[in-house]
Amino acid sequence: MKNKIEFLSGNEALARGAWEAGVKFASSYPGTPATEILESFTRYDEVDAQWAVNEKVAFEVALGASFAGVRSIYSSKHVGLNVAMDPLMTSVYSGVNAGFVVVTADEPGMHSSQNEQDSRLIAKFAKAPLLEPSSPGETKKFIKKAFEISEQFDTPVIFRMTTRVSHTKENVELEERKEAAPKKFEVNPQKYVMVPANAYKKHIALEEKLIKLAEYSDNSDLNVIEINDKKLGIVCDGVTYLYVKEKYPQASVLKLGMVFPFADNKIKEFASKVEKIVVVEESEPFIEEHLLQMGIKCSGKHYTYRVGELKPENIKDVIEGTPKSDYPGPSRKPVLCPGCPHRAVFVALRKAKVTVSGDIGCYTLGSLPPLSALHSTICMGASVTVFESFSKFIGHDKVVGVLGDSTFVHSGITGLINAAYNKGKGVLLILDNGTTGMTGAQPNPATGVTAKGEKTKKLDLAAICKACGADHVEVIDQSSDTMDKKLKELLPKDQLSVLIVRYSLCKLIDKTKLPAPKFDAAKCKKCYMCVSVDCPAIFKDENGNIQLNEALCAGCDVCVAMCKFGGLKSSDKKEVKI
Amino acid sequence: MKTVNILFCGTGGQGILTASEIVGRAAMFDGFHAKKSEVHGMAQRGGSVESHLRFGKEVFSPIIEKAQADFLVPFHKGEHDRMADMLKKDGVDLLNEFSQADKNLSDKKYINTYMLGVLSRHLDLTEESWLKAMTEVFKGKNTEKNFEIFRAARANKH
Repeated sequence: MKNKIEFLSGNEALARGAWEAGVKFASSYPGTPATEILESFTRYDEVDAQWAVNEKVAFEVALGASFAGVRSIYSSKHVGLNVAMDPLMTSVYSGVNAGFVVVTADEPGMHSSQNEQDSRLIAKFAKAPLLEPSSPGETKKFIKKAFEISEQFDTPVIFRMTTRVSHTKENVELEERKEAAPKKFEVNPQKYVMVPANAYKKHIALEEKLIKLAEYSDNSDLNVIEINDKKLGIVCDGVTYLYVKEKYPQASVLKLGMVFPFADNKIKEFASKVEKIVVVEESEPFIEEHLLQMGIKCSGKHYTYRVGELKPENIKDVIEGTPKSDYPGPSRKPVLCPGCPHRAVFVALRKAKVTVSGDIGCYTLGSLPPLSALHSTICMGASVTVFESFSKFIGHDKVVGVLGDSTFVHSGITGLINAAYNKGKGVLLILDNGTTGMTGAQPNPATGVTAKGEKTKKLDLAAICKACGADHVEVIDQSSDTMDKKLKELLPKDQLSVLIVRYSLCKLIDKTKLPAPKFDAAKCKKCYMCVSVDCPAIFKDENGNIQLNEALCAGCDVCVAMCKFGGLKSSDKKEVKI
Repeated sequence: MKTVNILFCGTGGQGILTASEIVGRAAMFDGFHAKKSEVHGMAQRGGSVESHLRFGKEVFSPIIEKAQADFLVPFHKGEHDRMADMLKKDGVDLLNEFSQADKNLSDKKYINTYMLGVLSRHLDLTEESWLKAMTEVFKGKNTEKNFEIFRAARANKH
């Protein structure tokens, strides 16, 4: 019988392939472009799929599942792997029991990220093998190989996706699931207890393992030589292979699917067959530097192409070493959704004229004009820690820290304990919409629902803030009006306050909206205060008149509160489905 | 057969990714290799959205090269102008058809289905595959109404 073919994304194909390989446990924290990997795993009954509180936790529970004897997988975006670096660096020493694959989805071009680091360098640093597919179909094939390599060499295998592999869909052939042979956890301190004496021996074994992995890489069909015209030989990996095939179909190609450890003999063989070698790779010159180190004469892209995504139209530049000229032009400014409850909070913060340390989430958009009410964003949880120092060195009555519920659980709790322990003061806001919003509304511990949609224990945010040592914890319902009052009341106080701002309106979960307000053009004085709330549903047209897009409007009335002339009036509040 | 390149563009919440998905599946049902690529991340409504859809015998790149789109299917005038340089010299621009649909359709949520009907006149895909793809993607939501709008736009009736 012919196998079924489905139209799957790279992320869906990855989950499908791992499922076919008998995976039983999957853990992740949401992040673009990796989110849909774990979401896909939740659809398979045989897989215990969980959202972890952060990536370090996700990595460790997944590694624990491998130790316990079941095939297991971790996934996150590239910056998520930074959070999990601690267990990664030592798990390559201990090795695994059942197969364990570490998926990182890199984001060249930073469509929704704070940096564009290249995870291939992490593989070299951690001394772990790295596989990299170029398409969804290849992803499904490669992920099965990754589990085999993990078990054959007793090592975690890093699996690098990029946005254009994760978020591309294509025809993918489905196969049956094969259960993996069960394994038992055997007590073995030399393997599982990484104290110095054991780890020293493990490090020696790891160096030997890397030599064997390089031999495997040499002989593996993951690395493919395609000889065509011998004048030009291109070495590439991941999605860049497809751009090369599109633009230089006549060239000879060495496609690296197992990028690390390098297949040195295969690289030498390719070099001996072609006249000129060019490396075409996105992000860092990882392959190029290795070839140069091997003494192979080659060229690579101009350093300006380390920035951003490669596109088919850039390949000629890369091959010729021309500097990058196509920096992205202006696109529509991202804005908070119509009806977003964050809007009222940032209107109040702007009015209070405070310095705001922010975090990773939809609310980062509060930094853009005309709101301009968020002044630092570095990484998950840094709102709280930066806030502690802002409060000490700028003044605790002049600063506010802002983060969401999911980010607080991810890595804000430790920062809050630190602030309380080290006598920090000031006002910290937890914007609680009960979901991980920016990545498309995944549940988290404060939601009280699991990844599979089952009810579970709900984290009590107020109780944990109190337990961390906050002097004052208060839960309020958001509206610009109460926020103004609360900030005025709490900012001057000589204490550490946490204000949990509870939302009931996030459109991502609650698919209802309220009717749009009524706009009366005759009363409008064109002061444009309504437009200053930065909502896509209300804007100034080319003639300077206010336009209200009722189809987009969610009826939150934040703009109504700004109008002093009666030009905007609330409608009757009756909810409608969207 | 030459690979067909279709670029959809507009803003969040307009059903652009859905439209692109339907073309991809319809092409797949007709035995073509299809690739659809887009960037999704920040879940905001009203932001820029573009989706690249390519199909043919064997498709390599998941994204369309600059100035190589055979079709530009816009859902927003400003986004159309921003993406105009993606269209081939002799490519087909469906901006007029979009403006028509925006003016004439009372329920804006059907604009994407209407645009698919218009696009379908230019593509060598079977009606059976179009309808099967729509049935799968809309998951039974307003199927008959979608079919009706699609067929009317496909037949160039209004």
